Amino acid sequence: MRIAIIDDSGLRATILEEGLREAGFEEIDVVPPHGAFVARLERMAPDVVLMNLGNANRDSLEEMLAVSRALARPIAMFVDQSDESMIGAAIDAGVSAYVVDGLRKDRVKPVLELAIRRFNAFSKLQGELDAARTELAERKTVDRAKAILMQSRGLSEPEAYALLRTTAMRQGRRIAEVADALITAADLLGDGR
Amino acid sequence: MTPLSIAFLPLTDAAPLIAARERGFAEAEGIALSLIRDTSWATVRDRLVYGQVQAAHMLAPLAVAVTLGLSQAPCAIAAPFKLNDNGNALTLSRELAAALDPDLRRRIADPEATAHDFAAAIGLHRRKPVLGIVHRYSSHALMLRYWLGYAGVNPDRDVSLRVLPPSLMTQALRLGEIDGFIAGEPWSSVAVAEGIGEIAAVGVNIWRRGVEKVLATRTDWAESNPDTLDQLLRALDRAAAWCDDPANHADLAALLARPDYVGQPADLLRQALAGRISLVQEGEPVAVPEFLVFHGGAANFPWRSQALWIYSQFLRWDMVEPSPEAQAASAGVFRSDLYRRALAGSGVALPGASSKVEGALAIPLAAASHQGSLTLSPDQFFDGKPFDPQDIPGYLRTLKQN
Repeated sequence: MRIAIIDDSGLRATILEEGLREAGFEEIDVVPPHGAFVARLERMAPDVVLMNLGNANRDSLEEMLAVSRALARPIAMFVDQSDESMIGAAIDAGVSAYVVDGLRKDRVKPVLELAIRRFNAFSKLQGELDAARTELAERKTVDRAKAILMQSRGLSEPEAYALLRTTAMRQGRRIAEVADALITAADLLGDGR
Repeated sequence: MTPLSIAFLPLTDAAPLIAARERGFAEAEGIALSLIRDTSWATVRDRLVYGQVQAAHMLAPLAVAVTLGLSQAPCAIAAPFKLNDNGNALTLSRELAAALDPDLRRRIADPEATAHDFAAAIGLHRRKPVLGIVHRYSSHALMLRYWLGYAGVNPDRDVSLRVLPPSLMTQALRLGEIDGFIAGEPWSSVAVAEGIGEIAAVGVNIWRRGVEKVLATRTDWAESNPDTLDQLLRALDRAAAWCDDPANHADLAALLARPDYVGQPADLLRQALAGRISLVQEGEPVAVPEFLVFHGGAANFPWRSQALWIYSQFLRWDMVEPSPEAQAASAGVFRSDLYRRALAGSGVALPGASSKVEGALAIPLAAASHQGSLTLSPDQFFDGKPFDPQDIPGYLRTLKQN
């Protein structure tokens, strides 16, 4: 079975492609949705096309599939319209699938299940990356706020941190938020550096 | 409170949905409304068809196409409320626009002359003009085809129509991938403000009452949730009236400008709301009355004849095979019965009929109504041809004479 992945996210496409290869699918092509990508699709004549649901180019792709012969026969989203739970899981995961009409359900289902799992894995990974990035940014903010307190009030580093923490607890806010407010105030007062 | 999710695309004409949520109209009807922003009509359609949302902001022709199975597997769609009339503009690259009348006001005021000028310019352009449309089954695409067809241009042969998401039109125009596009606001205003295109035609001057977006639900959902649907339609009726009121335009433009809604500058969004449109960069805004209508002149009433006009255009451009079943299914997408049920007793004027000859009114007309007083607005097509829903083959023959 020939599978095309239309994606411009290198990481997501890689995660999906690896999963498909591990599951024994060999004919896989990753096609970024730019320029003459439908011409490439036509040449490879895929049985299944997988795409990110949030991709703004879905309408362009559907139009091109409608007027070109990229897929040999009429196409259908998903495998079996009656399989609502799988369709729901696919939409939740952000996968859209175009399948050549008439392809057997038992052949397509594992591909779609795998795509759903891999899209979810990608989202989780991205969430972790975002969290790590936020944490790093917050640590920098707290460090800067500590430095301001140490300089302006002559506190030691543990004392400055303790002051931020008790203020945050008293106000029911996060330490990073208090630190951010302190930096803004210090900037306004002209002694933030 | 009944929770309800509605999918939308970032466009000015999503305003009634946004106002319903943000200005308390939904809440007053007991609806906790969440709005889900998407980037493609395909995704809005899939969310609606597969039940992830209960309703959607949708292109009227797409609602008909989904019902007929022209766009993926068939699914019966009900459109009980039109979110707006009009609101589109055709923007051309400066190179292509140079072939048109240099008087910008005359250009948009006289779409017949501009269509002929455009037809003459096609052969002189350095390539077959590539025009961006937002979807095969969009109101804008049907309007563009109608306008081109008037001047003897075959839109499937003499120009290349290319589907692009509205938010990517300006970039494609800047890069020279397209030579123009027709889309809803604010995208023409954005292209003009950036100096990469000129507005060559406005939708309201092609069809004075052009059917645009509808509120779409699955028919089975509408039938099994009558009370919720009635509440939603009442909320939208009030939200649409609020959106039409000039006193609210500054507030509405600021609301739409938020990054979670349209995410474009408020002053650009306000042009369409106020009907004062800049046609070229730094140009003096031109008054275009009824450029975008949310409520006035029974704009929200889903006339079955308007769904049939859409069907007639599908036939004209070979998008569907003619059949009595397809015709009945198309007419049945516009649910004037549900609109009437929801707004009975609300003081909103309800037309006595559900179908009319489209494009026959040159001046405002007081019409028969069940409650309130109803004045229908002029609704002519620019070529003056009326559409009689009782005689679709006859109508298609008159269009062929162009």
